[in-house]
Amino acid sequence: MRYMTLYKPGTENDAPTEKEMAAVGQLIEEMARAGTLITTDGLQPSSKGARVRIDSTGKFTVIDGPFTETKELVGGYAIINAKSKAEAIELTKRFLKTMGRGESEIRLMQDAPAFDAASGPPSGKAAQKPRGKTAARA
Amino acid sequence: MTTSDTHRAIDAVWRIESAKLIAGLTRIVRDVGLAEDLAQDALLAALERWPESGVPDNPGAWLMATAKHRAIDTFRRTERIERKHEELGHELQSRQELAVADMDAAIDDDFGDDILRLVFMSCHPVLPREARTALTLRLLGGLTTDEIARAFLVPEPTVAQRIVRAKRTLSERKIPFEVPRGTELAARLSSVLEVIYLVFNEGYSATAGDDLVRPALCEDALRLGRILAELAPEEPEVHGLVALMEIQASRLRARTGPTGKAILLLDQDRGRWDQILIRRGLSALERAERLRGANGPYALQAAIVACHARARTAAETDWQRIASLYDALAAAAPSPIVDLNRAVAVAMAFGPAEGLKIVDALTLEPSLKGYHLLPAARADLLEKLGRFDEARKEFERAASMTRNARERELLLDRSRAHAGDSRPQ
Repeated sequence: MRYMTLYKPGTENDAPTEKEMAAVGQLIEEMARAGTLITTDGLQPSSKGARVRIDSTGKFTVIDGPFTETKELVGGYAIINAKSKAEAIELTKRFLKTMGRGESEIRLMQDAPAFDAASGPPSGKAAQKPRGKTAARA
Repeated sequence: MTTSDTHRAIDAVWRIESAKLIAGLTRIVRDVGLAEDLAQDALLAALERWPESGVPDNPGAWLMATAKHRAIDTFRRTERIERKHEELGHELQSRQELAVADMDAAIDDDFGDDILRLVFMSCHPVLPREARTALTLRLLGGLTTDEIARAFLVPEPTVAQRIVRAKRTLSERKIPFEVPRGTELAARLSSVLEVIYLVFNEGYSATAGDDLVRPALCEDALRLGRILAELAPEEPEVHGLVALMEIQASRLRARTGPTGKAILLLDQDRGRWDQILIRRGLSALERAERLRGANGPYALQAAIVACHARARTAAETDWQRIASLYDALAAAAPSPIVDLNRAVAVAMAFGPAEGLKIVDALTLEPSLKGYHLLPAARADLLEKLGRFDEARKEFERAASMTRNARERELLLDRSRAHAGDSRPQ
């Protein structure tokens, strides 16, 4: 199964220190060596981004960054390969230990090829959608 | 955390750590069976203690330390017994002391090489193929005997017995815990790659209604392949195999329709192909080619599936390139099945008559007797050439040879399409 983890450092992304870069680099290498990391990247400060919204009348609102509510800001993401949610949690703990702060949201991917629904949360949408089920045995 | 949460966490830690644990212990105790027992003992200790104490901060290190203590106990016990027997005397005693002293240093070493050694040991040609597969999934994939049994549709005692026998054979034949070198490496590596690809294909052939551990084998194989690619980065065929598996896996969710019906490659919705896996596959293929491995059997197969992955629509497929890759594959790893696929590619690139020439030659091939895809391919080409009566008969023949009900239905449908074309000639 594939999980996406969204990392929220809790503050606006500062440029990471050399030491942080090295630690994260080592973790990424370790996870790649363990075959668990599929892809990952960090995100630049929100000042370089924007939010685009559509309302019920179809009107767009575009808000340029930086965004003030830094607690919910996503600083990076990873797509990982895990046998179970428990394994995804365990792998995420290792990542957070390296970062030393913040929180990660772990989400089972809808499109997990062939392997979703295997041990996804029974209440989770991914496990209920028929598409997920048929794809699971494709 | 509830007890069942802790058990799930322990299960997860085991998945992540067991290969490292067993590999590190095998190096120390020089016996893969004993190493696995020690690792299992540590796991049992975790199951006893963690529900109360909580999962430690560094669970892998905890398991290793626990297993290490058990190993030392085992050594000391053996030592005591042997002292009593007074057979080997002083020499053995100092050797054992040395082993215990070495242990700390050994355990803190990089585990990568140990895992690689363990892969080569599990896939050793001295073992029957099924035993290699079972042992590799058990020791390196962290699967339980029950999961392996369910995945391969065999009774659990059969798998358990295969594993026990395999470990005994490795020990009796004194198979060394090492990465083979020189001329031996190529043959041993191909045995490893074969095991991984076999696991992948077993998962790939899983169908609707199967136990979910079966399709999950694709994921297990990919994981093993990716690990191997990091541990043996100089081996082009490892990257070739990884490329092949990544690209094939990219199509997993596109190959069945909403009712579970199989969708052929050229009819698949390419929007559902997984672009992340395709990108990983293509870059693995580039690595293989950079290492001058473009003509390895796995790299060639990967290059073929890459042609499909690169085409935005079925019509854009570069069939001439695929046909020439099949030529190269037929030279590198000759097989009638490769020739049959080559015939299909040649037909797409140069017309059905050219493909039919190859297929007709294959009808004399004894190993393809009873292989339904041969008459099926022949029927398809005859149909394209407008030889409908012959096509109908070949579709019927193919239908009578397959055991897959869904496939039979498809073939009979195609045969019926030409029911009216039958007239005496």
